[in-house]
Amino acid sequence: MNNWVTFLIIISLIITSHAQNIEVCNACAVSTITAAIAQAKDYDTITIKKGTYKEHDIIIDKPLTIIGENYPVIDGESKGEIITIVSDNVSVDGLFIINVGTSYTEDYAAIRVRKSKYFVIQNVVLERLFFGIYLEKSSYGKVYHNKIIGDAVEEYNSGNGIQLWYSNHIDIEHNYVEHVRDGIYLEFSDDCIIKNNVSANNLRYGLHFMFSNNDMYQDNTFENNGAGVAVMFSKKIKMCNNTFKENWGTASYGLLLKEINDAEIKGNTFEQNTIGINIEGSNRIIYKNNHFISNGWAIKVRGACYTNSFTENNFLYNSFDISYNSHVNDNVFDKNYWSNYTGYDLDKNGIGDVPYRPVKLFSYIVNRTPETIILLRSLFIDIIDFSEKVSPVFTPDNLLDNHPLIKKMSW
Amino acid sequence: MLKILKYSFYDLMRSRWNYVYFVFYFLLGMVLLFLNNDISKAVITLMNIIIVLVPLIGTIFGVMYYYNSKEFTELLLAQPLKRSSIFLGQYLGVALSLSMSLILGLGIPFLFYGLFKSNAIWNFSLLIITGSFLTFIFTALAFNIALSNENKIKGFGYAILVWLLLAIIYDGVFLMSLILFEDYPLDKFSLIGTMLNPIDLSRTLILLKLDISALLGYTGAVFKQFFGTNFGLMVSFIMLTFWVIFPVFRMVYKSKRKDF
Repeated sequence: MNNWVTFLIIISLIITSHAQNIEVCNACAVSTITAAIAQAKDYDTITIKKGTYKEHDIIIDKPLTIIGENYPVIDGESKGEIITIVSDNVSVDGLFIINVGTSYTEDYAAIRVRKSKYFVIQNVVLERLFFGIYLEKSSYGKVYHNKIIGDAVEEYNSGNGIQLWYSNHIDIEHNYVEHVRDGIYLEFSDDCIIKNNVSANNLRYGLHFMFSNNDMYQDNTFENNGAGVAVMFSKKIKMCNNTFKENWGTASYGLLLKEINDAEIKGNTFEQNTIGINIEGSNRIIYKNNHFISNGWAIKVRGACYTNSFTENNFLYNSFDISYNSHVNDNVFDKNYWSNYTGYDLDKNGIGDVPYRPVKLFSYIVNRTPETIILLRSLFIDIIDFSEKVSPVFTPDNLLDNHPLIKKMSW
Repeated sequence: MLKILKYSFYDLMRSRWNYVYFVFYFLLGMVLLFLNNDISKAVITLMNIIIVLVPLIGTIFGVMYYYNSKEFTELLLAQPLKRSSIFLGQYLGVALSLSMSLILGLGIPFLFYGLFKSNAIWNFSLLIITGSFLTFIFTALAFNIALSNENKIKGFGYAILVWLLLAIIYDGVFLMSLILFEDYPLDKFSLIGTMLNPIDLSRTLILLKLDISALLGYTGAVFKQFFGTNFGLMVSFIMLTFWVIFPVFRMVYKSKRKDF
């Protein structure tokens, strides 16, 4: 008999301590998310039914799983931050969060993760936001399949879609971010993987790295942003198979590199950007198997760039292939395909017999007097370009591709 | 006028030079497409050729035709016909037949190559339109030169000079002045400078399609408005039309007062 009692007690203990499911709906006993969190124990699941919940400053301070059914709306009424996660092992899934407050002193976010680990944020839709998902000193988290649609007009009073600050080992995949300031922003964040995201129509950058090392981004699409991707003051970043498209404007780049060392840029497509890649103070970078198609400038080298190697890339129909503003060249250009190449291949080994000079005199002139761009493709310009090609005076004379390919690379 | 137009047109249709011109463009188009395997690249190369060659052929052919048909013109002048209709008819006959050679010569190879399936169709049609505009402009200029000069050699000399001036020297002077005055705001100046030369004007028109991404790299509100919107396209077309109308008017004016 005594055994039975202890058994029952144990059973009941297991049941109560085991993860419970709390339902939240407008007509339920628990009608607010804040109340549900207060009631919940560690590792419980909170299911939010369809409806509108006017709440803000929801603080998740224990390991919980929060699941929205059919995208319940959480309306912050522009009063401030909406969800703040301050515990490890929290997962947020399937919510529709709108109206984050705007502040000039605090960065209000739709979902903020503060000093936590092992979190998952997925299938969340954010609209009318200031900051979207803000990860602060948090690590080992996942941000999957979220859709962030902002309405940013000016840079100074808008926030970023996904922001990482001192957050390491984060996976960001399959997100869609548009109309915010920076689509995805990493500051002091190492070892992150950013994959298969689309970042479009953002005011400043599609993706922005600051002081972040050993990160990788691949298979993303950056379209029509102020500038596609800005990588600044970072080391060992891998950039593979991304698409940079239609970043047009006076200060628009597909990819902006500033003070970057030891990076790899492989298999990317740069299409119809004003400047495909803008390089400044970047060393030991490998550019391989990239496509540069119909850009204004495929690559603009601003200065202090040493030992970079550009091999096996396709340069197709760019107005300028490379612009270079110094007389010294320490970078290697080899085995690229240049659509502007006019040489021949007599021994038929697929490599042109005459070296190609990617820097034209005209690009030097345009650097000096930008208005002269209006004379692009004029016969007179072709003549002076030709004479410069024959005997280089203004452009570095060792900047050559000694093995220009005759046929377009494909891989 | 229409009758004279018809006569000049048929006369030219029978002439050898028109066929040479047609065959030249036809072969050019074929060879370019055959060698490049790529319509958009062929369009860029063609643009370079059209901008230089069409004006040259337009001027030379116009001057040549005028001098050759001088006796026929004098015969017509003896008839009770309006002078303006005689010269306008001849002018339109030359310009139309030249444009037709251009359109057919380039159009046929591109059509065979699957132009309609490619997205280069807008670039190509823009190319054809500017080519025709240039033909009309430079034939009109040629008639002006021929009307003002009785001496054939002098006429040809001036015709070549006009072409050289507008196709090459103008850009050289333009470039030098831009570099010389680089400390001043130059965006309006550079746009006006472009408007004053029909070759530059058609070049910019094509640039608007091909190199828009590079053109937007320049910081300047006027540039941005011009190139970033349809405004540039419209203004360029209006200016091109002016470039046709103005020489034609001068031609008519001159022909009315000329003592034959």
